[in-house]
Amino acid sequence: MLLIRCPYCEAERPEVEFVYAGEAHITRPTNPSALSDEAWKDHLFTRTNPRGRHFERWRHLHGCGRFFNAVRDTVSDRFALTYKAGLPRPTDAEIEAANAPAAQTPATNAPAAQNQEARS
Amino acid sequence: MVPHAPASLLVRNGALSVRLADEVARFSLRLAPADTGQAAAAFGGPLPARIGAMSQSNGRTALQLGPDEWQILAPPGDVDALSAAFAALPVPHSLVDISHREVGIVVEGAAATLALRSAIAFDLEAMAVGTGCRTLFDKAQILLIREAADRFRIEVWRSFADHVWGLLRAASREIDLDL
Ligand SMILES: [Zn+2]
Repeated sequence: MLLIRCPYCEAERPEVEFVYAGEAHITRPTNPSALSDEAWKDHLFTRTNPRGRHFERWRHLHGCGRFFNAVRDTVSDRFALTYKAGLPRPTDAEIEAANAPAAQTPATNAPAAQNQEARS
Repeated sequence: MVPHAPASLLVRNGALSVRLADEVARFSLRLAPADTGQAAAAFGGPLPARIGAMSQSNGRTALQLGPDEWQILAPPGDVDALSAAFAALPVPHSLVDISHREVGIVVEGAAATLALRSAIAFDLEAMAVGTGCRTLFDKAQILLIREAADRFRIEVWRSFADHVWGLLRAASREIDLDL
């Protein structure tokens, strides 16, 4: 079973406590009426579906209940990093730093994020 | 209580005791983290400020479950006093009496972690005494509190309690027979 680090609980918790919630950092258009059907369809349904590094949302359903974001490799299933909802997409350097052997303070301990299901 | 449960399960060699906990009052508290200072007056002492942490005051116990969520356990006679204290709290919050939603199960003894491990997926040995969390016991959502090195308390919804009790009975039997 995978262990997933919840950035709110600040602890490694078993996979069964979590649910997957789709791709992260998708910004809802501010004025959907102004969009073409094509553009609206892309917003609703089209996702990157990469092979490799994926930025995605998870929810610690059977724990603190919070949504948060994770960086996971879709091939190996390895979680590189998890971080609070509302924080910006981590850079390659931040992800590498969090996975360096000596990394003791991953970016999950970053400054407080808003308690909301923000996507930016 | 748990419909088919005897008063307690006792393993022959004394390594494990599983029993229903005494009745308590339970509350679910939702509150902005910034307002915990004001809520301390209503609770009767500081609320825990970290997920998983607990604090105690006047026989009341508060366990932080999420960034803005706490569960409070209190003596059964304390319901009115606690409700009134929070009703006077001037900051937005929600306090819901969930006393009868759950039952408490105490798992105690040298084999307590072994028995719980049969249906809990995380490292119980690493759980600090005096902390608690929401988690899964098999497929049932529970609160798990480590009251002492060899004593745990499970809080589980009534409709799942029979299932949890049945699994603990099976685990107790295996430990009893040294399987
Ligand atoms: Zn969590």
